[in-house]
Amino acid sequence: MNAIVQVGGLRKTYGTTVAVDEISFEVQEGEIFGMVGPNGAGKTTTIECLEGLRKPSAGKLRVLGVDPQLESQVIRERVGMQLQQSNLPDRLKVWEALDLYASFYPKAVDWEILLSQLGLEEKRNTPFSKLSGGQKQRLFIALALLPDPQLIFLDELTTGLDPQARHTIWDLVRDVRARGKTILLTTHFMEEAEKLCDRIAILDHGRIVALDTPANLIKSLGAEERVVFSVDGVLPEAFEKALSGTARLEVQKERVTICSKNGRKVPLVSEVVGLLSSQGIPFHDLRTEQPNLEDVFLSLTGHKMRE
Amino acid sequence: MNSLVKMTWTESKLFLREPASAFFTLIFPLMMLFIYGTIFSNAPVPPGAASSKDVIGNLIPSFTAMSIGIVGLMPVTITLATYRENGVLRRLRTTPVSPLVVMVAQVMVVFIMTVLGVGLLLIVGVLVYHVQFTGNVLSILAGFAFASLSFFGMGFILASVMPTARTAQIVGMVLLYPMLILSGAGWPRELMPGAMVKVASYLPLTYVVNLLRGLWIGETWSQHITDVVVLVAMLFVGVLVSVKLFRWE
Repeated sequence: MNAIVQVGGLRKTYGTTVAVDEISFEVQEGEIFGMVGPNGAGKTTTIECLEGLRKPSAGKLRVLGVDPQLESQVIRERVGMQLQQSNLPDRLKVWEALDLYASFYPKAVDWEILLSQLGLEEKRNTPFSKLSGGQKQRLFIALALLPDPQLIFLDELTTGLDPQARHTIWDLVRDVRARGKTILLTTHFMEEAEKLCDRIAILDHGRIVALDTPANLIKSLGAEERVVFSVDGVLPEAFEKALSGTARLEVQKERVTICSKNGRKVPLVSEVVGLLSSQGIPFHDLRTEQPNLEDVFLSLTGHKMRE
Repeated sequence: MNSLVKMTWTESKLFLREPASAFFTLIFPLMMLFIYGTIFSNAPVPPGAASSKDVIGNLIPSFTAMSIGIVGLMPVTITLATYRENGVLRRLRTTPVSPLVVMVAQVMVVFIMTVLGVGLLLIVGVLVYHVQFTGNVLSILAGFAFASLSFFGMGFILASVMPTARTAQIVGMVLLYPMLILSGAGWPRELMPGAMVKVASYLPLTYVVNLLRGLWIGETWSQHITDVVVLVAMLFVGVLVSVKLFRWE
């Protein structure tokens, strides 16, 4: 494995505000690496330092083996970038945007192919301002793919998109990776990071609070499976007693939440359902909840993502 | 080079898709010509009426200067300031394209558009009002290109200095209108009282009008040293300051 992006002790301050506080990580070739965290965690600042758009206050950066500040031309020719805040002229048509941007690169790929790969063929004559949010982002991905880059930066790619458009974009990003590209992305959607990324760095207040695969991060939480259901009337004491050794109960009116304690052999859900039916307790709306990255974030930082 | 050509072409199309800029560049000078043409000659095609033909003929360089003024202060300023504000330049910045290409393409676009507008003006002038040109063709063409490029610098500087597209647009108009009225570009200066002519001598567009009107009637460059000096100074300041002040965001 090759480290295609190396960040060592990156720090960026604006006056007395510390946007990025000594972060270090590496992105390996071929992976989808995500930086996750709430707004203001330092994700965009970090990615913009890597893109050569911002000058770090301190730290060592290497992107494709070069310093993005000193050799910004190399970065701009060989890295595909999608920015959090950028635009095209309102009346510029989709095909014109691709045609124009293709002329900037010494060896651009055929933009007609990108047009169909990104599902924009029907929109080729549509002006930029008439595209939906998802279509604009697909066009930006197409522009980022024009130089046939080894590495692609995607900053808050799905912010403001509806769930359906978001899933389409996720599929596209997976396709791009399948073609051997490395992707570094930022997001403040934990679900996006969990479903899309091979490894993620969780950022909060300019620092990396955790870095691992989503599965390992969730496992490291040691968090338990939860079963939630509603009962009609009052839960009999016999039910609570039968479970008290292996699980913890929380009852709010008719809504019951049961968390398993560590070291159980039988899955919690089968035990709960078994007890409910053997004791003849009428219940409805039963579901199980797996711990997710949202819980990981909460346990690491003590606060929720969206506050 | 390829990117410069492509960008100039693309931006030209965008320029014409913007109704306001297309109107003020291509249609407005023609409208002025028809209005003044009707005022100065009751019959649009006066048979052998040398005097009214000359009056209308002299409007051509004035309206050319007017086109230069409008194009230089409105579309250039608004386009660049909007591109900066909306992040269009920010997106360009992540590509290998040089800022020089972006700027030169904009200069080319407004110059080409001015040429188109003036071309229409000339065609209509010749066909409808039988305007005759007595000067030196090369001289007037050179004067036109020189005066345009000198004046366009103002719009580029304005676009860099103004914080938002909205203010750029307003300041551009505030600068443009007095110039259109007082410089003799939209209204013959011979009809103005002395005090107004004095004010006009502080307006950059006045020197564009002077030079173009002179060259149009066959005067030489050496008869217009003051105008040339002012315009050369504007050209230098325009290029240096707009290159120096260029910001992607």
